[in-house]
Amino acid sequence: MSLLDYFRSTKKNTASTAKERLQIIVAHERNRRNSPDYLPQLERDILAVIRKYVDIADDQVSVSLEKSSDELSVLELNVTFPDDKK
Amino acid sequence: MAKIIVVTSGKGGVGKTTSSAAIGTGIAMRGFKTVIIDFDIGLRNLDLIMGCERRVVYDFVNVINGEANLKQAMIKDKRIDTLFILPASQTRDKDALSKEGVERILNELAQEFDYIICDSPAGIESGAMMALYFADEAVVVTNPEVSSVRDSDRILGMLSSKSRRAEQGLPGIKEHLLLTRYNPERVVKGEMLSVEDVGEILAIKLLGVIPESQAVLNASNSGQPVILDQDSDAGQAYLDTVARLLGEEVPFRFLNVEKKGLLKRIFGG
Repeated sequence: MSLLDYFRSTKKNTASTAKERLQIIVAHERNRRNSPDYLPQLERDILAVIRKYVDIADDQVSVSLEKSSDELSVLELNVTFPDDKK
Repeated sequence: MAKIIVVTSGKGGVGKTTSSAAIGTGIAMRGFKTVIIDFDIGLRNLDLIMGCERRVVYDFVNVINGEANLKQAMIKDKRIDTLFILPASQTRDKDALSKEGVERILNELAQEFDYIICDSPAGIESGAMMALYFADEAVVVTNPEVSSVRDSDRILGMLSSKSRRAEQGLPGIKEHLLLTRYNPERVVKGEMLSVEDVGEILAIKLLGVIPESQAVLNASNSGQPVILDQDSDAGQAYLDTVARLLGEEVPFRFLNVEKKGLLKRIFGG
C-alpha cells in the first residue's frame, strides 16, 4: 500500500463481502441441486394445505431433504406461524 | 486412446476460447496430436482466435450431417504440425448437434488424435451440454468475480450429473480450475477475490492462474494464441497450465504484486 493510499479514506473490503455472499448462495444452490425434482412442487402443495387452515406467506414454509446416509434421507419441514395465529 | 478435455465456464466472456486456443496449442507444441473443436454453433470464434478464419470451408455440423468428411473440415495449423482446428458452423441453428453425431465424430477423431479439446459455448443449453458430455477432463475457466464463480459452480454440478461418465457410472470427470483475468494488485487491496477464496468456494484443484494481461488482446487482435507470446506473463502462465495438465509439478507464478520502486511506493500508481 502506498503512502497516499494510507491517507485516503479506508474503503470497505468488497472482496470479503463477495466471498461471504458466494459461500451462502453456492451452498444453497448445491443443496437444491442434490434434491429431487419434485421438492418445489411438494413445497407448494404443503403450503396450499396449510393455507386451508392458517394464513401464511410463501416464505414461511421451508422443505428440505437431507441425505444422512445411503439408506436414509430426512425430509425436514419448517413452518413458521405468524404471532397472532398461535 | 485420445483424452477429451472440455473447456467450459457457464458464464460468457471469461476466456474459454482464449484458453482453449492456448491450451490446445500448448499441448500440440509438446508433440501430441491435438484437435480443438469449436462447439459454439452459430457464434464461431475459435477460428478467429487461432488466426485461420479465412481457411474455413466446411465445419463441424457439415461433418455431422455427412456433407463433408473430417479431412475436408479440419484446418491444419500453419505454426504447429500436430495441431488441427474443427470450426463451428456459422449459420445453422443451435440444436444442430446430436449426441449420436457428436459421439461418432469424437470416436473417429480418437483414432487419430492424442488430445481432443472441446471449446464450449457459454450457458447451459444443448451446445454446452454436448461439449461436456463426452469429456474425460474439464477445465473450468473462472474470473475472480461473483457471477463467474457462481456459474462455474453450476457447471461443476452439470459435470458431475449430466455427463456420459456420470450416466454410465464411470469414474467422474477430472475437474480443473483455471482462474483467468487475475489482478494481484486488486486482490491485495481487497477489491478482488483471491485464488484461495475461489479455490475454497469451488473446492476443485487449481490448474492455473492467468494474470489480467494486455498480451491477451494483442494476441487475439493478431490471431495468434497467446501461449505463443512467450515473453508475456499470460503466455508463460498458460505454458505452466499446460505443463500441469500433462501431470508436471510447476510452481504458481504471477500471484503476487510486482515489487515497486521507491517513488511508486510513495506516490502509488
